[in-house]
Amino acid sequence: MAWTLALPELVLALCGLAILLIGVLPKRDTFFPMAMAVTGSLLLAAVLVLGQQEGVALNGLYVADSFSSFMKVLALIGAALGLLLALDYNTRERLNRFEYPVLVLFATLGMMVMISANDLMSVYLGLELLSLPLYVMAAFDRDAGRSAEAGLKYFVLGALASGLLLYGASLVYGFAGTTNFDRLAAAFAAQEGVSPGVVVGLVFVMAGLAFKISAVPFHMWTPDVYEGAPTPVTAFFAAAPKVAALALLARVLLGPFADLAAQWQQVVVLISIASMLLGAFAAIGQRNLKRLMAYSSIGHVGYALMGLAVVSDVGLRGLIVYIAIYVFMNIGAFAVLVAMRRSGRAVEQVEDLAGLGRTDPAMALWMAVFMFSMAGIPPLAGFFGKLYVFLAAVQGGYWTLAVIGVLTSVVAAYYYLRIVKVMYFDQPPEAALERAPPSLSVVMATTGLFNLAFCLFPAPMLAAAGIAAAALLG
Amino acid sequence: MVIGLAHYLIVAAILLVLGIFGIFLNRKNVIVILMSIELILLSVNLNLVAFSAWLNDLAGQVFAMFVLTVAAAEAAIGLAIVVIYFRNRGSIEVEGISTLRG
Repeated sequence: MAWTLALPELVLALCGLAILLIGVLPKRDTFFPMAMAVTGSLLLAAVLVLGQQEGVALNGLYVADSFSSFMKVLALIGAALGLLLALDYNTRERLNRFEYPVLVLFATLGMMVMISANDLMSVYLGLELLSLPLYVMAAFDRDAGRSAEAGLKYFVLGALASGLLLYGASLVYGFAGTTNFDRLAAAFAAQEGVSPGVVVGLVFVMAGLAFKISAVPFHMWTPDVYEGAPTPVTAFFAAAPKVAALALLARVLLGPFADLAAQWQQVVVLISIASMLLGAFAAIGQRNLKRLMAYSSIGHVGYALMGLAVVSDVGLRGLIVYIAIYVFMNIGAFAVLVAMRRSGRAVEQVEDLAGLGRTDPAMALWMAVFMFSMAGIPPLAGFFGKLYVFLAAVQGGYWTLAVIGVLTSVVAAYYYLRIVKVMYFDQPPEAALERAPPSLSVVMATTGLFNLAFCLFPAPMLAAAGIAAAALLG
Repeated sequence: MVIGLAHYLIVAAILLVLGIFGIFLNRKNVIVILMSIELILLSVNLNLVAFSAWLNDLAGQVFAMFVLTVAAAEAAIGLAIVVIYFRNRGSIEVEGISTLRG
């Protein structure tokens, strides 16, 4: 039966509906048990993804291959870790409503649909299933003005982006005659030239997807939304949705539009360079850590796109490895951000970290690991992420990309290392930061150990990423 | 005069441009932005249905149905966010949406 290929999504959707029903029944607060139930559902879905067969299902709307399995497992891990970050914070900030984990679950379902999309229709439905819960989550702290403002900004710009993507999809449909990826690929392979309508449509589709991965010039929403949304929501935004949107972008460009590489390659190169530059320079003056992380994530997307810009299997493997390592660095760094509290209030300025090296050595150590990893300093995982994309760029002869990548990561190292300096060498204020709660310490330790140990055991991930890349380029 | 595919596409393109300008040039009210977003989605629907008739292919009309459904959900969420924004600020003027910057 072909529909059994979509079993992980179906099971996750049913779990979501069941949790939504159970959550409203008891009178008391059900945030914690529902969060545990959602984490369990995400892990169950990950297990089902790993046992999944390969093939195309549901009249060609849905595809399961090694690429989709890898990206789905990554998105599910990112979402589950992102949910764990919210446990303690949401309870303290009185955001412990059980809808939060349900929104996480449905957003993750949207990501899985996006990653497995094999038709412009499933692309759109997956993207909206991801975006709608994210709009609500950004505005989740509904009594705080800035959370509402973040939600409003994200909603308006997000709706505009999906409108542009849809307009592009309608043009591609009209001028190529189908929305199915396989038939689009066959049509473009058979044709000599390509209709300008298709190219315009492709540019619109890329603009819509570039918004979701917050690549320059569609990044304007990122700093504001990251700053305004509650910190665990920001952590969630920065990890799993990026995986899904990058996977979708790679699938769209290297699948149906692979024969149009001449048309889109220059655009991706340009977006990649602009994102790396903006990510490096705009974050230098930031004092708010969440805003700084927003610019940092724009820069990281630039590096990941470099792997796509070179259009090769090595490049695609670099992208996959980069985004996997990025998820673990980012969730870890955000675990520290979520844990930052002084006298019961959440703080988020760089100066608030002063003296952390003395008051809480463990948290400071993990933060230093994440910052060094993001700066790309060996032997931490972030270095290998950069190494594989730069290597692909050099092998493909894209020296400009590689040189700009190295230079911008030097510039970006300044603001990562400044955080380390503030933690270890600046005078601590009178009241030290509170100790991290156990759930956050566990997340910090897990992701930190991943970053430290990656250099010892890189082979399994590299092999899996290689198989995934081969499956997509097939 | 026969009304062909090109006419539909031009109307849809005009609607799209009106929608985008409505979002960026509007300085008054967030509700107008929500209306502009609907305008963009409707221009897409017009495109899809026109192409569907021209290609003799039903997929475009199915797509348009999905877009209509999602647009309704999107409008509901958008209005909900506008309501909580209004409760916090007491105004939905676009000029005022600028506490987050830097």
